[in-house]
Amino acid sequence: PEVTAEVLAHLERLALVDFRDAEGVERLQKAIQFADHLREVNTDGVEPMDSVLEDRCLYLREDDVTEGNCTKELLKNAREKVEEYFVAPPGNIPLPKLDEQETSLQGS
Amino acid sequence: GCLEKGMRLQVSAALKEGQVTPTQLCQRCLALIRSTKFLNAYITVAEESALKQAEESEKRYRRGQPLGVLDGIPISVKDNFNTTGIETTCASNMLKGYISPYNATVVQKLLDQGAVLLGKTNLDEFAMGSGSTDGVFGPVRNPWSYSRQYKEKSVSKSLSEDEESNWVITGGSSGGSAAAVSSFTCFAALGSDTGGSTRNPAAHCGVVGLKPTYGLISRHGLIPLVNSMDVPGILTRCVDDAAVVLGSVAGHDPKDSTTIQDNFKPFELPDLTDVSKLSIGIPKEYHAPGLSSEILALWSNAADLFKNAGAKVIEVSLPHTRYSIVCYHVLCTAEVASNMARFDGLEYGHRSDMNESTESMYAATRREGFNDVVRGRILSGNYFLLKQNYENYFIKAQKVRRLIASDFVKVFRSGVDILLTPTTLSDAVPYMEFIKEDNRTRSTQDDILTQAANMAGLPAINVPTALSERGLPIGLQFIGRSFQEKQLLTVAKWFEKQVKFPMIQLEEVKRLDHGVFQHQKSASFS
Repeated sequence: PEVTAEVLAHLERLALVDFRDAEGVERLQKAIQFADHLREVNTDGVEPMDSVLEDRCLYLREDDVTEGNCTKELLKNAREKVEEYFVAPPGNIPLPKLDEQETSLQGS
Repeated sequence: GCLEKGMRLQVSAALKEGQVTPTQLCQRCLALIRSTKFLNAYITVAEESALKQAEESEKRYRRGQPLGVLDGIPISVKDNFNTTGIETTCASNMLKGYISPYNATVVQKLLDQGAVLLGKTNLDEFAMGSGSTDGVFGPVRNPWSYSRQYKEKSVSKSLSEDEESNWVITGGSSGGSAAAVSSFTCFAALGSDTGGSTRNPAAHCGVVGLKPTYGLISRHGLIPLVNSMDVPGILTRCVDDAAVVLGSVAGHDPKDSTTIQDNFKPFELPDLTDVSKLSIGIPKEYHAPGLSSEILALWSNAADLFKNAGAKVIEVSLPHTRYSIVCYHVLCTAEVASNMARFDGLEYGHRSDMNESTESMYAATRREGFNDVVRGRILSGNYFLLKQNYENYFIKAQKVRRLIASDFVKVFRSGVDILLTPTTLSDAVPYMEFIKEDNRTRSTQDDILTQAANMAGLPAINVPTALSERGLPIGLQFIGRSFQEKQLLTVAKWFEKQVKFPMIQLEEVKRLDHGVFQHQKSASFS
């Protein structure tokens, strides 16, 4: 299936990773072509398998607090922080559209 | 010398009897790491903390109270396991400078037994690859490239010219761990195995590589690639040592709900003498396209070895084998797309200077932090997970996975105890040749013999078998039933004893190891 520019833009937005160049797009197309081989397998009546341990009961522990109080430790690895907050740039600003993006990339 | 021994009977006994001290052992390994730096097996060497651990171990031995067989034994850990206070990079720019605030459960368990953590080993970035060539710290070199056995066989003009251009890869993605064990810088190493990442480099580096049953060993603290297939792997120089390490790390972990709750009992491996009750299966589909005639012959000889010793050896079929790579391709990229979403620069790891909006910061961070391989897989994975593709790709792959897993169930139900297959299609290729093809193509080719065991969650082990015509290691793989590691390792140990794989002849090791023991020519370890 031909991968449209719309799908590419959508993927970049979902993945928050860009294709960078034509090579990246080609890589995706090859990946899809390869995955299409799955059609050769007859899977009528076969249930999807989530986990090889599907016949067992997943372990759930009691909902009790057993550890924590490690704020200082965890904040150590963050670059931008204020008091006990991780600092993020302003949200709710959509990524520029594909052609706008090109110019913004050139600028950075 | 004592560096060349396996752990259990020799070095452990030596430590107990005071013939060598944990500090001496640690210092020797650290010195060897320094002199084999060109292998690029280690990303971080934790010299200070290792020596402290060795000192603590020494105090325990002096009191006559060692914690166990692993007390004082130097180990190394693949750099995708979290280790408190030590940088954990996954060989990626995304985690350069990230200092783990906790130990992965398997690391903690080994430290609790007194093992001495020498450092973190090199890998393909985020464990994606089959060469250990695609990490930001550069490729790992196979120690066998510098062995007398390989040098003797290479047609050379000038020695130094060839060493620089002829060195061969370790395989991957746990290449650093395999190289570390192979070059005697540690006695055991942790790797990870999602599609063969422990067994593949084990085969190329001539060491034992164990992939345990999914659910036996905790993944808590192992930075995840594919949650439904990842397992910690164990690399050692002999099968007995693998059993010892397994005994120290296996078992239920409340922090990993995918570990089974059955009680795990560590075991010693019996010395099998009678294999007449054993049924060995030879899956015909593992005679894959591209399998070298050398390895085919070795595989055949191994089957004969079992037959002549009285075991029942039969050809079996795992009809969906050839779809395991395609299936893996879809499931792996899908889970990767999800797992890599956590890297956004906010809480840890690399953060871009781009500050205009959260999304542009995330996008820039991920562009800067991930290499092409990782980014490619994230994008592919997201494609397969799109609403319009979910059923035809992701769900379809999950159905094919069930078919692959059922193939194994059917064969084991028919009375076969263990499967015997090759581990790799050929011996290790020179780096210059390996990089001619891209990562995905290579992984597709190289994972074909190892991947299905991950699909089915089964235990599998590479046992070094013989040297190729080029003087490089070839290993064979045994695949066992779920949670039957004892049987798998028992058979592997018997096989190891029969084939007497030669010891690597490395100049650096000989120079440093004027140890307490006489250097034994015999290759048998236990």
